[in-house]
Amino acid sequence: MQVYTPPLRDMRFVLHELHGSAELSTLKGLEEVTPDLIDAVLEEAGKFVTEVLAPLNQSGDLEGCTYENGVVRTPKGFKEAYKAFCEGGWNGIACDPQYGGQGLPASLNKLVEEMLCSGNLAFGICPGLTHGAYEALKNHASQELKDRFLPKMVDGVWSGSMCLTEPQCGTDLGLVRTKAEPQADGSYKVTGNKIFISAGEHDMAENIIHLVLARMPDAPKGIKGISLFLVPKFLPREDGSVGPRNGVTCTGIEHKMGIHGSSTCQMSFDEATGWLVGEPHKGMRAMFSMMNSERLSVGTQGLGLGEAAYQAAVVYAKERLQGRSLTGAKHPDKPADPIIVHPDVRRTLMTMRAYNEGCRALAGWVARALDLMEHADDPQERQRAEDFTALMTPIVKALFTDLGFEATSMGMQVYGGHGYIRDHGMEQYVRDARIAMIYEGTNGVQALDLVGRKLPAHMGRYLRSFFHPVLNYMDAKLDDENLGPLITPLSKAFGALQLATAHIAEKGLKDPEEAGAAATQYLRLFGMVALGYMWVRMAEVAHEKRVSNPDDAAFYEAKIATARFFMEKLLPDVAALWGSIKAGKASMMALDEAMF
Amino acid sequence: MKILVPVKRVVDYNVKVRVKSDGSGVELANVKMSMNPFDEIAVEEALRLKEAGKATEVIAVSIGPAQASETLRTALAMGADRGILVKVDGVVEPLAVAKILKGVVGEEAPGLVILGKQAIDDDCNQTGQMLAALLGWPQGTFASKVVVEDGGVAVTREIDGGLQTVKLNGPAIVTTDLRLNEPRYASLPNIMKAKKKPIAEKTPADYGVDVAPRLTVLSTAEPAGRKAGVKVGSVAELVAKLKDEAGVI
Ligand SMILES: Cc1cc2nc3c(=O)[nH]c(=O)nc-3n(C[C@H](O)[C@H](O)[C@H](O)COP(=O)(O)OP(=O)(O)OC[C@H]3O[C@@H](n4cnc5c(N)ncnc54)[C@H](O)[C@@H]3O)c2cc1C
Ligand SMILES: Cc1cc2nc3c(=O)[nH]c(=O)nc-3n(C[C@H](O)[C@H](O)[C@H](O)COP(=O)(O)OP(=O)(O)OC[C@H]3O[C@@H](n4cnc5c(N)ncnc54)[C@H](O)[C@@H]3O)c2cc1C
Repeated sequence: MQVYTPPLRDMRFVLHELHGSAELSTLKGLEEVTPDLIDAVLEEAGKFVTEVLAPLNQSGDLEGCTYENGVVRTPKGFKEAYKAFCEGGWNGIACDPQYGGQGLPASLNKLVEEMLCSGNLAFGICPGLTHGAYEALKNHASQELKDRFLPKMVDGVWSGSMCLTEPQCGTDLGLVRTKAEPQADGSYKVTGNKIFISAGEHDMAENIIHLVLARMPDAPKGIKGISLFLVPKFLPREDGSVGPRNGVTCTGIEHKMGIHGSSTCQMSFDEATGWLVGEPHKGMRAMFSMMNSERLSVGTQGLGLGEAAYQAAVVYAKERLQGRSLTGAKHPDKPADPIIVHPDVRRTLMTMRAYNEGCRALAGWVARALDLMEHADDPQERQRAEDFTALMTPIVKALFTDLGFEATSMGMQVYGGHGYIRDHGMEQYVRDARIAMIYEGTNGVQALDLVGRKLPAHMGRYLRSFFHPVLNYMDAKLDDENLGPLITPLSKAFGALQLATAHIAEKGLKDPEEAGAAATQYLRLFGMVALGYMWVRMAEVAHEKRVSNPDDAAFYEAKIATARFFMEKLLPDVAALWGSIKAGKASMMALDEAMF
Repeated sequence: MKILVPVKRVVDYNVKVRVKSDGSGVELANVKMSMNPFDEIAVEEALRLKEAGKATEVIAVSIGPAQASETLRTALAMGADRGILVKVDGVVEPLAVAKILKGVVGEEAPGLVILGKQAIDDDCNQTGQMLAALLGWPQGTFASKVVVEDGGVAVTREIDGGLQTVKLNGPAIVTTDLRLNEPRYASLPNIMKAKKKPIAEKTPADYGVDVAPRLTVLSTAEPAGRKAGVKVGSVAELVAKLKDEAGVI
């Protein structure tokens, strides 16, 4: 059963206790963001998600979006929920107050996003894209475009989309064919076909602002000849009201595995009026502002669904009576024991839990870096935060969506056959989670980004933003009575990460295929070490708080036990990953293409 | 006209309440607390009256521990203008609350006090009535509709047989029933504004009220578990059981 309750206690733990929320209100522009405000926002967001959005999750999945004559209808209730969402100010939660946003920090917004994803992922995609489009425009568009479009996108009256993909061009955006012809008035006429465009057409917003990758007539070939254009569905009038329809239409929507409540649109641009965003042929740079923010958000989708699946699995595991505990009946009065008594069910639940809470903690760390990047006074601190975010973005995207998918599959497993059928909503989680490993750059491509761009960047400077704090921490805590037993496995795993990093640097330099061959497993290895570090830090806080806040002892005991589970039962995967990485590409590339 | 809305911090309605092992009360440690749902309805009604131009200011008052200021913030985030926290630790019985409220009314001189008909923790359903008696004001309890008219208020009440409408003159007490309205969600901008709205801190002594309990709780127990039902074979059997065993017809 989909039973989601926002994990507010754990969210507060991550934000206040682990990462220290008091620091936020010392940053310029965040003076108002005190712990009590944070709690009030989390509380209300949780209420909105559980009462308004979550009830539409299964119905939205069953009904799906429908297409007729260029018009897309979202499932019943979505339109009203979207209106309430925007009226509540949630659409602009992290946007600049200059454009009507609430200016709240990423540290808080990421948690609100997680709730949205848990409660109703398909619903959250449209506001997510609007936010991505907002980021690209805010960082790269002319002031005039910003003034004209951002306020309505911040309040959600207008939504956003990102139009990259074309039939012949997915990962390789250098193959974009859509054309943009300059006009005398400084605008462009955009012509071409885009596919797979999320929220490219729907009935929730008054206007849709498409950000479109296209090529100008004089553009260099390949990725260096792509520019970014703003193409609205309706051309706005001077007074800000929507004017005539622009030359962009939705010609169909995809039938697909999951996220049925989110439309995936084929879009046809026929001499549609658009405006250049950023510099000519530098569209990828502008698009990356959008994609970086979106990639972290897509990571959150994995976490959100993993959490929802975990909660549902726990409820079922306590109710479902099958078999007897191996150490003798725990509930002799009943025909069988609840399946939560079985070690294998425990393994499943603990794995989900350790992944979810670990990812939430790591997301909190990255979100703090986003806030420091934006608000810190010290330029060095801003730089460090930027390095760290650049390094962690592909990890968060790929690791969280891989683990999120695994967690939803485990959730289904706990339900047995009742997870595979539709009624309990567990198979929806699995279907919804699967896309997050593909869009916003497939997870394979994230791994390439990590090894190909992020590792070598500035002679390994990005890497230091992670390696140094972890090394320092391990040094400092090695003799800690409580943490020592956790530091040992962490430092072992960290050793594997160092070796794997050196291996890729060395071999990859000579033969880029070696780096490519190692990439996916390296990302996983890196991610597991990052989670391990988070778990030790969480255990540290929990040990302290267990004493200073005995009322909440059960919460902290569970943290400590879960930390131990992660370190003992999951982190050892790292050794196998390193073993495989070390073996190199040879066996992977051995078969001749014809032999497949 | 000012409207005064008392709001109580209670165990959240989603929480499965557990009795303490020693039977001295219910478990409150680490339990999620929120505003009494009937009080949310009261705040909503006051806000609607203000938005309709029938009231000028909505003041929320909470009587309880320091954390009750969170409940006040919730009211402020919904749109109330300011808050009053009367700090009391431990149990406060309806009569003490009513006496304190009488004091607040004396200071604030509201035209209307809108309370929840009861709080979902102890279900007393007394405070509004006691306050009316202490003040000598008319009362319209269990309201499902409130219409502010010249010099008074018409309150439609939910009673056993259906609905009854009473017209109250002058300053009056209204208590809310479930169907009066559907409370709004606090918007993000209002949550942020709420931070800056003032909350005055008071104590029962400021109103000369002694809050010492007049009642003694003898014991607290979980309700007996539900017994398994039986399947009946026919309507006749059902009727017979209702007559003979249940004795309800
Ligand atoms: C539901 C849904 C919603 C979407 N929403 C949007 C949207 O809003 N806007 C938008 O523009 N797009 C959107 N997409 C498109 C999505 O981003 C692409 O599907 C994705 O980028 C992959 O491109 P592709 O499908 O063409 O796969 P391909 O690029 O053909 O990749 C196929 C496989 O090859 C691998 N591969 C490709 N190139 C390389 C390489 N160089 N090295 C190693 N491996 C490689 C990939 O990892 C993948 O496993 C959406 C897709 C779906 C299904
Ligand atoms: C599409 C479909 C087709 C099917 N076809 C058939 C069919 O043709 N004929 C037929 O008879 N059945 C059929 N089934 C039923 C299927 O075999 C059962 O769903 C399966 O055996 C699991 O039982 P369950 O669903 O009751 O899960 P449960 O037994 O309730 O198990 C739930 C979870 O608890 C775990 N668990 C349970 N007991 C223990 C234990 N003692 N120790 C450790 N872990 C435990 C399980 O591994 C699982 O993860 C079908 C089911 C589906 C969904």
